[in-house]
Amino acid sequence: MSEETMTDAPPAAPLTAGSPKIPEATPSPAPATIFPSGSVIRMETRGLNFYYGAAQALYGVSLQVPEKSVTAFIGPSGCGKSTYLRCLNRMNDIIPDTRVEGDVLLDGNDIYGSGTDIVALRRRVGMVFQKSNPFPKSIFENVAYGLKINSLCRRSELPERVEKALRSAAIWDEVKDRLQGSALGLSGGQQQRLCIARALAIEPEVVLMDEPASALDPIATQKIEELIYDLKREYTIVIVTHNMQQAARVSEYTAFFMLGRLVEHDRTEKIFTNPGQKITEDYITGRFG
Amino acid sequence: MSRNSRRRALSKAVVTLCGMAVVLALIPLILVFVYVLKQGVSSLNWDFFTKMPKPVGETGGGMANALVGTLILIGLASIFAVPVGLTAGIYLSEYGKSRLASAVRFTADVLNGVPSIVIGIFAYGLAVLPVHRFSALAGGLALGFMMVPIITRTTEELLNLVPSNLREGALALGATRARAAFGVMVPAALPGIMTGILVSLARIAGETAPLLFTSFNNRFFTARLDQPISSLTVQVYTYAISPYDDWHRQAWAGALVLVTLVFLFSVLARMVTRRLERMHRA
Repeated sequence: MSEETMTDAPPAAPLTAGSPKIPEATPSPAPATIFPSGSVIRMETRGLNFYYGAAQALYGVSLQVPEKSVTAFIGPSGCGKSTYLRCLNRMNDIIPDTRVEGDVLLDGNDIYGSGTDIVALRRRVGMVFQKSNPFPKSIFENVAYGLKINSLCRRSELPERVEKALRSAAIWDEVKDRLQGSALGLSGGQQQRLCIARALAIEPEVVLMDEPASALDPIATQKIEELIYDLKREYTIVIVTHNMQQAARVSEYTAFFMLGRLVEHDRTEKIFTNPGQKITEDYITGRFG
Repeated sequence: MSRNSRRRALSKAVVTLCGMAVVLALIPLILVFVYVLKQGVSSLNWDFFTKMPKPVGETGGGMANALVGTLILIGLASIFAVPVGLTAGIYLSEYGKSRLASAVRFTADVLNGVPSIVIGIFAYGLAVLPVHRFSALAGGLALGFMMVPIITRTTEELLNLVPSNLREGALALGATRARAAFGVMVPAALPGIMTGILVSLARIAGETAPLLFTSFNNRFFTARLDQPISSLTVQVYTYAISPYDDWHRQAWAGALVLVTLVFLFSVLARMVTRRLERMHRA
């Protein structure tokens, strides 16, 4: 199935007789069985509800993200996977009239607690967006931005840190001779890798990626996927994707969302070969969505 | 007549009407410009820019004091209005949904429509009455009041044009809301904001009414801000209503310089806008 048809999937149809049924209660994932013993849980949500005004977008989502792994979120458009992702670094805070219930834990601490420093949180939980969003500044300045505003290093160390981040994002060789050139002069794929470099520069613990390759051609997509594969050695990665092959290729764990509920969360291999829910199987095999 | 040919004829008629309206709108502009040029050019010479006004009865002299005065007034107005307008615009764009923001927006629009003479009276009450003296500061204040709403609204509109995913990108890197606004959003919109400032300058450079009882006028050269100061517009007004032919000639020259000044600001604003558009397309 081409990426095009995947990304243009219509929003899930309302549940009526004949359409696939999703379980009312979110099944509680069994960490003991899906994560190898000794896994450290980096992020976790417990009974997370989210509301845009009066409309509820997430229903009691409980999920765990183990460190140094890739967790993929799949599901039809409008299923809440991006909303859920944006709860993990409180990016939804800037949307007016939204409300969160339940706990979101980073290393066991509730990030929605009153003592949370939101700036410190976002330094630890970085984000890459669906549409690449380089600042209209030079390539160097883009990567240095996070370091500068957080005063993470001395001015003299900037070039070194910028190079390291660009190397981590596998774009150093393409831009090393034009660091002072505008970031807007890069191709779409390069811009997205620059944004990844920018997120990595401040050395977050968790990197959230919201459909990072959905606007890219297959070759650029492949580069991003290889990059994600490399990055999980050092970072905990959570990726939202419309592309199921992508989820299968890059992730160890996959969570399937539908209509604001977490339907199934398991090892990726299990989800794609022997899903526990009929509806997951229907979605993966393209019977709807 | 068939439906198709009737439709074509109607279309042609509407386009012709639009074209005529454009010509009608342009005629006054062209007439003003040509007439001011014709009347002003003959009186415009080097003396006009470098010499002081001569006493009544002597011919010659220039408006050096008024020229400098106008530049000082515009400068003062910018110093007052740019910081206020800019930050207000940023506030409206960043926190535009709050009730205070809609109040500010409405107030700015009303202020923009307040007759300039009223602005002058306000500045008179604020900065002239308490100290019993006309001053450049009072004039600059009056002009500044006129600039603020223009700068506020253009800044807001241009910031709204900057894709909000830039803001999210900055926030996701640990920027505070203010940091994202000043460090990322404003620089991205800067050329457009500059245009707004230039447009507001073009708007106030030709104002007379707010200056009549704030900066007043001064026959002598001064750069002191607490003294009455001359300006091109008030000087042109004074000379134009005088009974002396030589002063009339000088008024025309002053009018020409004013129109040219406004024209230059507008052209500059356009050039900046062009550059912005090119940048966004790239």
